[in-house]
Amino acid sequence: MKLNALTAGELLERLDKKDLSPSEIISSLNRQIQETDSKVKAYVRLSDSLEHQTPSIKHQAPTLEGIPISIKDNICTEGYNTECCSRILAGFKPPYDATVIKKLKEAGASISEKKTNMDEFAFGSSTENSCFYPTHNPWNLECVPGGSSGGSAASVASDEAIWALGSDTGGSIRQPASFCGVVGLKPTYGRVSRYGLIAFASSLDQIGPLTKDTRDAALLTNIISGYDPCDSTSADIKVPDFTQALVNDVKGIKIGIPKEYFIEGLDSEIKVALEEAINKLKELGAVFKEVSLPNTKYAVPVYYIIATAEASSNLARFDAVQYGCRSTIANGLIDMYKKSRGEGFGPEAKRRILLGTFALSHGYYDAYYLRSLKVRTLIKEDFDQVLKDLDCIITPTSPTAAFKIGEKVEDPLKMYLSDIYTISANLAGIPAISLPCGFTRDNLPVGLQILAKPFDEEMIFRVAYTYEQNTPWHKMKPKL
Amino acid sequence: MEIKKETVEYVANLARIELNQKELEKLSGQLEDILDFIDALKKVDIKDIPPTSHILPMNNVLREDTPRPSLSHQAVLKNAPCAKGNFFGVPKVIE
Amino acid sequence: MEYEPVIGLEVHLHLKTKTKAFCGCSTEFGNTPNTQVCPVCLGFPGSLPVFNKTALDYAIKVALALHCQVEEYTRFDRKNYFYPDLPKNYQISQYDLPLSKNGYVDISVENNPKRIGIIRVHIEEDAGKLIHEKDLSLVDFNRSGIPLLEIVSYPDINSAQEAYDYLTLLKSILEYLEVSDCDMEKGSLRCDANISLRPQGAKELGIKTELKNMNSFKAVKDALVYEVERQSALLKEGQALVQETRLWDEKGQQTISMRTKEGAQDYRYFPDPDLPPFIISQEKIEEIQRALPELPQEKAQRFMKTYGLTQYDAKILVSSKNNADYAEDCLRGFSDKDKKSVANWLIGPLAAITSASNLNISELQVPAKNFIELVELVEKKQVISSLTGKSVLQEMAKTKKTASQIIEEKNLAQISDPQSLEKEIRDVIKENAKSVDDFKAGKANALMFLVGQAMKKTKGRANPKVVQELLKRRLSDA
Repeated sequence: MKLNALTAGELLERLDKKDLSPSEIISSLNRQIQETDSKVKAYVRLSDSLEHQTPSIKHQAPTLEGIPISIKDNICTEGYNTECCSRILAGFKPPYDATVIKKLKEAGASISEKKTNMDEFAFGSSTENSCFYPTHNPWNLECVPGGSSGGSAASVASDEAIWALGSDTGGSIRQPASFCGVVGLKPTYGRVSRYGLIAFASSLDQIGPLTKDTRDAALLTNIISGYDPCDSTSADIKVPDFTQALVNDVKGIKIGIPKEYFIEGLDSEIKVALEEAINKLKELGAVFKEVSLPNTKYAVPVYYIIATAEASSNLARFDAVQYGCRSTIANGLIDMYKKSRGEGFGPEAKRRILLGTFALSHGYYDAYYLRSLKVRTLIKEDFDQVLKDLDCIITPTSPTAAFKIGEKVEDPLKMYLSDIYTISANLAGIPAISLPCGFTRDNLPVGLQILAKPFDEEMIFRVAYTYEQNTPWHKMKPKL
Repeated sequence: MEIKKETVEYVANLARIELNQKELEKLSGQLEDILDFIDALKKVDIKDIPPTSHILPMNNVLREDTPRPSLSHQAVLKNAPCAKGNFFGVPKVIE
Repeated sequence: MEYEPVIGLEVHLHLKTKTKAFCGCSTEFGNTPNTQVCPVCLGFPGSLPVFNKTALDYAIKVALALHCQVEEYTRFDRKNYFYPDLPKNYQISQYDLPLSKNGYVDISVENNPKRIGIIRVHIEEDAGKLIHEKDLSLVDFNRSGIPLLEIVSYPDINSAQEAYDYLTLLKSILEYLEVSDCDMEKGSLRCDANISLRPQGAKELGIKTELKNMNSFKAVKDALVYEVERQSALLKEGQALVQETRLWDEKGQQTISMRTKEGAQDYRYFPDPDLPPFIISQEKIEEIQRALPELPQEKAQRFMKTYGLTQYDAKILVSSKNNADYAEDCLRGFSDKDKKSVANWLIGPLAAITSASNLNISELQVPAKNFIELVELVEKKQVISSLTGKSVLQEMAKTKKTASQIIEEKNLAQISDPQSLEKEIRDVIKENAKSVDDFKAGKANALMFLVGQAMKKTKGRANPKVVQELLKRRLSDA
C-alpha cells in the first residue's frame, strides 16, 4: 500500500522502526495530490506551495515525527494565508498560530501552506459556498463532499492527506466525514481551544479531527485537547489519554436510540445501514434502548437563529480596515464598509449575516434570539435527562448520503435540513463522532453518529473502535 | 411572517452590506421562507425557562494583570489595505 | 417663567491596570501609535478575549466606594456598531446585567448635603483613537481595549455648579481608591452630560440634549451654563427644543449641534459568547469592602472630630489623598493640642509653594517632621516670626534642610532679649520724633509704625512683641 494511504498510527509504527522518513510520506502525498486533486479539489491555493514546514520548534515528545496534517482554511497558521475561503479575507496572513497549530507543531507535526477547502466562513453543508471552487466527493465526483469541512474530509478520503483538522458548528466535521466515508469527531465544547479558529458561532464552534480510523481520531484529539488560558471558554479539565479508551469491547454498554431521529426524511438506505450497525453492536454485547429527545424538531430553527446572530457580530470585524480586501470603488467611509462587504461576502454569508442581524435587531430580539436561547436550554435538558441512564446515543449522521453538486444551492432551507441530526450536539455542547457504517446502492458512504455526555469522548472512542474492529467499512477506498 | 424589502434594507444597512436590487428581492423571499420555518419555535412553551447563552457551567474566567509582548510593528500593519506611517488609514470620517 | 435644569452625567474612567481589559498589551499612555497592540485588541480573526482580574477588582472597589449594590451575577454583552476606531465593530460592554447598580455620592450645596444618585457602574473596553487628516482618517489602536468604567448618574443634578462639585468629589474618591489617573487631558477620565430644562416645580422632564467634547471639569460647567441659557432663551421665546447631541466648542465657548443621527441606534446587544459570566461572591465583596481606604468625606469628618478643624479647613486638607496623608502626619505630630496653626500653615504657606512649583507634597521633599518643627519654631517657641517662617519654608523646599539648620546658618533666630534690642530702640526713638510725638498725643497707630521701624533695623529678626513692650515702656517713661 502507498504510504499516503496509511493512517498516522500505522506510519508512526513504521517511523518507530526507522524504515521510513517523513520526507517519503510528504512525497507520496504530493504525488497523490498531483494525481487526483484536479478532480477532488480538496485544497485551495495549491499552486502556492507543496512544501511542508518541518517543525522548527524543538518538540519535547517526538510523537508525530514530522507526519503532515491538512488544515481547514479557517484555522490561523502564522505567515500562511488563512482566508476562510472568502474573498473578503483574500491575502490574509495571520501574525500568529492558532493554539491547535501550536500544539501540533510542538508535537512534531508538519504543517503546509496549502489549506483545505470549505464553505465560506463555514457557512454551508456542501463546500459549494467556497469563493474558490466546490470540492468533489472522492466517492462520486458529481457529488458534494458535505461541508463545511468538505476539503478536509475529501483530502483524507482521497489519501491526499494522512489526516486533517476541521471545525464543527452544526455538523461541519461529522456530516462531511459521513459523506466521504471517514471518521470525524466534534469534541465537547471547551475541550479544544478555539483560539485562532476564525469564529462562525462562538458558543457552538469546536475544532476536531478528520481521520481514516478511530485510532487516529484518538491520537489527534490527544494532541489538540486541553485547557488554553487564551480561550475563556476552554475547560480546565484533565485530558485523559484517549488511546487508552480504544478497547474492543462494548459488553453491557447502554446505548440509546432516539425515536425522533428515525422518522420521515430519513433515507431508507441510511435507515437500513443504521439498523445493521445497531444489530452488529447488539451482537457484540451492547444494550439498546429507545429514548425520546422531544425537542429535536426545534434544533434546526434554534440553530439558525443562534448561529447566525453570533455570526453577524463575529463577522462585523471584516470591514477592510486592519486586514482584508477593500473595495476600490467606494466613496467615503460607510460606502467603503458597504461595498467591501458587499463585494467580499458570498450569497450564503450575506444571507446568514442578514438573518442574524435581523434576529438581534430592535423589536425582534425577544421573539427570535431570546426565545432560541430558551429552547436551547430545553434541548440541552433533553440530552442531560436521557444520558443520565445511558452511556451513549446512536443516530444517523445525516438523513441522506452525499447529494449532487448544485442540487440544493438554490434552496437554502433544504440545505439547512441536511444538518438536522448533527446540530443538537453543538447546541447541547456534547461530543459526537461520525464513522463509516456502510454504503448506499450508489456506493456512497453512510455515517453513524455516536453522542455521549460532556467530556466523555472516551465512551465514544470505545464504542466507535469496537464497531470499527468488527466491520470493514473504514478500510474501503474510493477509486479515483 | 412577511419580510418587506425595507426590512432587508434596514438590516443590510445595520450590517453594512451593499445589496443590489436583484439580491434584495431574492433575499426578501428567502429570509421570509427561513423565518416561516423558524416560527415553529413560537409553539414552544418557554415560560420560566432560563436562556442558555453559554453552554458550559463556567464562570469567573480571569487572567492575571501581567503584561505580554505586543505584536511587532511590521506584523500589525502587514495585512492593512491602507497604512500611513504607523497608522491604519480609512476614508475620512466626517463627524 | 423660571426654568430648572435637570442634569445627568456619564463619566468614563480608565482603570489603571498594567494590561488591557482582555489582553496582555500595556496600557501606557503616549507611546508610538499601534505598538501596544496584539491580535486580541486589534480584533484579528480567531483572537479571543480573557478578562483582567485586577480590572474586575478595581471595578468592584469603585462600585462599593460609590455605595452601589454589586450584583451577584454579571456578564459582558456585545454592543454592535460600525466605527473605524472599534476593531471588532462591536464593543465588549455590559447591558442588562451590569456589575453594579443604585449608588450615590453626597455633595454639598450651600452647606447642605445633597445626594446624587448613581444608576450604574459598568465595565467596558475603550476604542482606539482617530486622527483626521485632509482626506484620510488615521487609526491608532493603542488605546483599544483599555478597561473603562462607565459611571452613570441619575438626573439629580440641578445646576452647572452642582455638576462641577459632583465631578470634583467623584474624582477625589477615585483618586483615593488609586484605581485611575483621572487625567482628563490624557483622556483617562471623560464626561458627557445630559441636560434638559423644565419649569420650576414641574415633574415632567423636558427635551434632552446630550453634551460631548468637554475636556475639563471647568468645560463641563461652562458648557452646562451655556446650555441652560441657550435652552431657557429658546423656551422663553416659545420655541421647541429638539433632542440632539451638541459638542462643546472650547475656543468659541459655545455648544454646536452635531448633525442629527438618522433615527435611533440599534446596537443589537447580546451576551458575549466568548466570555462566561461572573459570579461575585459575598466574601469577595466583603473582602474588597474591608480593604477600602478611608474616603475623603469620612476623612474630613474625622479630621474635624480628632483635630478640631473647621469643616472648611478639613475639606481642603482631604481633597487629595496625598495631601491628606501628609496633613494627618503633621496634625498628629504637632505637640500642641490646638492644631489650628498647623492647618493654617498647610493651607496657606505650604499650599502656596506646591501650587507655585506645580509639585505635589510628596515631590516637595519637606518631610512632615521638618514641617512640624518649623511650625513649632514659629508658633510655639517663637524662635522666628511668621514672616521669617515663610521664607524659611521656601528655603526648606529648595534645600531639603531643616528649619533649625537654616535659622542657624542664616542667623535668623528671633531676638527677644531686651538688652540686645536696646540700641535699635534708642535709634528708632531718636530718628522718628514726629511719630513719638504722635504716640504721646494718643495716636495708637504711631506705635505700630515705630515697631515696624525697629523690625526693619533688625532685618525682621526682632520679636515684635518684645519690641512693642520696650517701646511702650520707654515712651511712657520719658
